[in-house]
Amino acid sequence: MSSAETLAPPAGAAASRRTAAARSPYDVEAVRRDFPILSRRVHGKPLVYLDNAATTQKPVPVLDAERDVYERIYANIHRGVHLLSVESTDAYDAVRGKVRALVNAPDAREIIFLRGTTEAVNLVAQTYGRRNVGPGDEVLITALEHHSNIVPWQMLCEEKGATLRVAPINQKGEVPLDTFRALVTDRTKIAAVAHVSNALGTVNPIREMADITHARGIPLLVDGAQAVPRLPVDVQELGCDFYAFSGHKVYGPSGTGVLWGRAALLEAMPPWQGGGDMISSVTFEKTTWNVLPYKFEAGTPNIAGVIALGAAIDYVTSLGLDRIEAHEDDLLAYATECVQSIPDVRLIGTAAKKAAVLSFTIEGVHPHDIGTVLDREGIAVRTGHHCAQPVMDFFRVPATARASFGLYNTRQEVDVLAGGIRQVIRMFR
Amino acid sequence: MSSDLRDLYQETILDHGKRPRNFCELAAANRKAEGYNPLCGDRETVFLELEGDLVRDISFQGAGCAISTASASMMTESLKGKSRPEAEALFQRFHDLITGGSSAPADAPPLGKLEVFSGVREYPVRIKCATLPWHTMRSALNGAGQTVSTESGAEASPKDEPSAGPVPPVAC
Ligand SMILES: Cc1ncc(COP(=O)(O)O)c(C=O)c1O
Repeated sequence: MSSAETLAPPAGAAASRRTAAARSPYDVEAVRRDFPILSRRVHGKPLVYLDNAATTQKPVPVLDAERDVYERIYANIHRGVHLLSVESTDAYDAVRGKVRALVNAPDAREIIFLRGTTEAVNLVAQTYGRRNVGPGDEVLITALEHHSNIVPWQMLCEEKGATLRVAPINQKGEVPLDTFRALVTDRTKIAAVAHVSNALGTVNPIREMADITHARGIPLLVDGAQAVPRLPVDVQELGCDFYAFSGHKVYGPSGTGVLWGRAALLEAMPPWQGGGDMISSVTFEKTTWNVLPYKFEAGTPNIAGVIALGAAIDYVTSLGLDRIEAHEDDLLAYATECVQSIPDVRLIGTAAKKAAVLSFTIEGVHPHDIGTVLDREGIAVRTGHHCAQPVMDFFRVPATARASFGLYNTRQEVDVLAGGIRQVIRMFR
Repeated sequence: MSSDLRDLYQETILDHGKRPRNFCELAAANRKAEGYNPLCGDRETVFLELEGDLVRDISFQGAGCAISTASASMMTESLKGKSRPEAEALFQRFHDLITGGSSAPADAPPLGKLEVFSGVREYPVRIKCATLPWHTMRSALNGAGQTVSTESGAEASPKDEPSAGPVPPVAC
């Protein structure tokens, strides 16, 4: 476990991580065998799991890691002198090093384990936000955000008498930087944007956005829920100040998630939840807060889940996020071509830079009906508003159907999807 | 199409889904209610012309899936000319049909063509699609008139919700 720290890339490694995209692809059939669920059948058909933006399936090493914790070392962490507690604590804290390396954070103390992206955004809104946003101030988000990067800010603005500003998207589903820039004002206190949109697939230009907010001294929070599973993320290269993601979307257990924040910001922030582990001493008169990251980790966390998240990180890093990105880019390009050639299909989200998400509607057919017919073919897609109702509003659709790819999907599965869509059209038109 | 899908999407349902009847805004309506399913964005308005206890006329507008559109369409056909207690009893019978329950009074009107919705029972996630128009109709009938949400407890204030798409109102 302690080898995690040695995974730390040397300075400048970000560039070489990207050039490595030319490496040969991995053997997707071998990879699929690591995911037991992929061999199950659904309504008598082989499962074609294309709902990876909602959550991802788990490989055997993740399942083994979680089981191993309970079979061999499980005890509560940070509080026992007995061996099991020490081993559990070591295994848990070692995952911070893995996360640090995964997103190239400067310091493992800046990695806070939480329940997921939603909790991470709420933490920042309720601590940094409550301390720094006041009446008449503004919080800036974009029009493509997931509800979990809208509602916490709305709640904050409501409480503080502040205003939520929304940088618009264009018809392709991109956030134009000039309008984003124009909305950063003297009153803006924090900006929060998705790295990759779950409803549209758009990849936002985070580096440029960070430069824009930093020009006015404003921190940028990035919702990386959809990015961490599918592209190399380097928070130092991105230049953002907070970065949030969910373990369950990166092939790890649900109920695990991460907030990375710059140490200086995290240190200045008040704690969020009070309880055990987040304090260094408690009397009834006064409590002193623990140091980072424990200050933000009140109570017994998802111990086995976090340790298994470490196994998931090992899994994706050994495949290589550059290769995963290349694999999913290929699937997305192929799927876009296949689906676009079907008359009456409209793609929602056609940004120049996209990742692994294919949102679409079929003229005259409700996405719910699309979902039911595809399900009977064994194809799992998401239908609905994808927790991004403002995006649906913008494109004037009540909902879309969304296929989203993971590291284990194949071109054959895209063919099955295209066949399913043709069947939907035959049936309803 | 596989045979079990046929059980859900019967010919009549596909037909009403594509060409809904009484799909218009009733000029003489004295009751209306809006139904909303936040999970799939379905939104339907039911218009009623009520004369005493009699449903003189009924129509609907909105955007929904094939199941909810067909359900609304066939509901309007079967409720026209019914009394309020008959409408209520028919709702119970319809509800029983798709949930496998048995709460309808014995003297409830026969389902007739509405029997085609029996296949919905096998698709639990689609039950709300079929019942949304009926719940909305009851709300209009009882004069409550506010938005009915399939998610009880979900606040459904119209200004916060997405538009149901480009469906221009058409007068009956
Ligand atoms: C872009 C984006 N942000 C945030 C979330 C919320 O993640 P979680 O539900 O794991 O907290 C999701 C997941 O649906 C997402 O896709």
